[in-house]
Amino acid sequence: MIGFILRRLIAAIPTLIAVLTVVFLIVRVIPGDPALVILGDQATPEAIAALHTRLGLDRPLWEQYFAFLGRSLSGDFGTSLVTNRAIVSEVAAVLPHTLDLTGASMVIGVVIGVPLGIWAALHRNRAIDIAARLLSLVGLSFPVFVSGVFLLLAFALHWKVFPVIGNARLDDFPDRIHKLILPAITLGLVMSAYVTRVTRSAMLGVLAEDFIRTARAKGIPWRRVVWKHGLRNALIPVVTVVGLYVGILIGNSVLTEIVFNRPGLGKIIVGALNQRDYTMLQGLMVIYCFLIVVVNLITDLTYGLIDPRVKA
Amino acid sequence: MSATATPAPVPAPAAAPQVSPLRRAVQRFLSNPTTGIGIVLCALVVIGAVFAPYLSPHDPIDQNIIDRLAPPGGDFPLGTDAYGRDVLSRILWGARVSLIVSLSAIAAAIMIGGTIGMISGYIGGRFDLITMQVMDVLLSFPSLILGLIVVALLGPDLVNLVVAIALTAIAPFARIARAPVLALKERAFVEAGRALGFSHIRVLFVHILPNILSEVLVMGSLWMATAVRTEASLSFIGLGVKPPTPTWGGMMRDGFENILDAPWLSIWPGLAILVLVLGLNMIGDGLRDATDPKLRGE
Repeated sequence: MIGFILRRLIAAIPTLIAVLTVVFLIVRVIPGDPALVILGDQATPEAIAALHTRLGLDRPLWEQYFAFLGRSLSGDFGTSLVTNRAIVSEVAAVLPHTLDLTGASMVIGVVIGVPLGIWAALHRNRAIDIAARLLSLVGLSFPVFVSGVFLLLAFALHWKVFPVIGNARLDDFPDRIHKLILPAITLGLVMSAYVTRVTRSAMLGVLAEDFIRTARAKGIPWRRVVWKHGLRNALIPVVTVVGLYVGILIGNSVLTEIVFNRPGLGKIIVGALNQRDYTMLQGLMVIYCFLIVVVNLITDLTYGLIDPRVKA
Repeated sequence: MSATATPAPVPAPAAAPQVSPLRRAVQRFLSNPTTGIGIVLCALVVIGAVFAPYLSPHDPIDQNIIDRLAPPGGDFPLGTDAYGRDVLSRILWGARVSLIVSLSAIAAAIMIGGTIGMISGYIGGRFDLITMQVMDVLLSFPSLILGLIVVALLGPDLVNLVVAIALTAIAPFARIARAPVLALKERAFVEAGRALGFSHIRVLFVHILPNILSEVLVMGSLWMATAVRTEASLSFIGLGVKPPTPTWGGMMRDGFENILDAPWLSIWPGLAILVLVLGLNMIGDGLRDATDPKLRGE
């Protein structure tokens, strides 16, 4: 297992460099002159030159690239152009809120999605299957800010079950949970829609395999065949989708945090956009990439846990 | 992929022996109730967008302070917003932005991504390996974050929105187009085409392309649903087409600011987005069921 983990860790390094290269291309090359983007068209040449020196934009592009790569890989994500504070500390301050939200919604997504998907697969083309398919289609058609606003209207404004503003205090546990429920349901429902679909189709695929028939022929009870033989083999695509979904989840959590006015990475991103905090955007992008690479790594390692053949 | 059912022994036009699978796919597509509902939902939106000038009861941009935040009913079937603009008219006109941005973005992504994927699969070898690695990197970005940064850097307008959304969809289309090309390029009709002296370009785009088109188009309708969602999300964050042009995401944003006084302001545009995205997803789902040989069983 240790060797497997080490191999995966080493394999992640080129990916990380490639992802960082794309970030550099996007934030440095697409806008032309970032200083002009930050300061606007009316900026004086002196102001632009000053910002160039400050951001290191006056040096050759390749030098900027390697400096960026070196800093990012050593964990230095830069400082905010506006507040002058380290981006890492700004992010660390709100990260628990975002982790609460994404973690809870993943749990909701899996807890609803996996059983519903299995249930639908076992009753293919019957009422429960059709209902599950339709519901999951509706669920993944909802942009989260729309479902978020609808849930807010219903449960916070009309019935007043949950608070309107999700500005939770981290040291007050009941408060933290209470303000987490509605945003987590918003995000979790979309995720459960994806998970339901994948679980259903993976399970249908596995149930058509020969070894399932063999297991049945041996006289193993159907329930045991489904849970032991079927589910374990259907889990790999489910884990893949949950892993891939983290990318969508990160984007969706930004929207959810805006709707529920929760502190988190989403609010930082929107703040940085409004204040043209260019270094902050770049740093956030790098942090997001690190997160994605780590999640991919965890997904890979999970394969090894579910399926012993993967470790070979 | 329907082509695998009938190996073509001679370099005849590939379509000829495939008529019956195609017809079967069309029949299956039309007999699926999901698709029917999807087509109706999308048709509603398209009709609303095309005939917006004739269907709108009011001007979508005209401000009318006296009638501000009027509840639905009477002169304003869906109410008015904080500037006294008619919500129904704005939703009809807003459909245009949604459709134009998502259609152009997906068309661009299909053309760029599809070409990259086809060429990569056709050439194969190390070139293919590197290209697909690059696509995987692009694929690993959270698409909303990618779109958000690109629009923020380029400035929010219609063209930049299309560029940003297309950028998030290039990699998936490259993957979708590449996979079948890997198998198709080994087939006899490709070899025959080459033996007849056709250029690689001609073989790829005249002979191989029609075989992968259905798969790409199915994904096209599913990705268009995503594009509509992304456009609306960016507008909601404030990175959409600039006001006063009505966009559904922008209307949600306005409605959200007045959520206590006028909840209908955020309900109607939200439902409009849902109708279009759901419609596109239903069509895509139906198309996929109709063309996927694995789902034919039973």
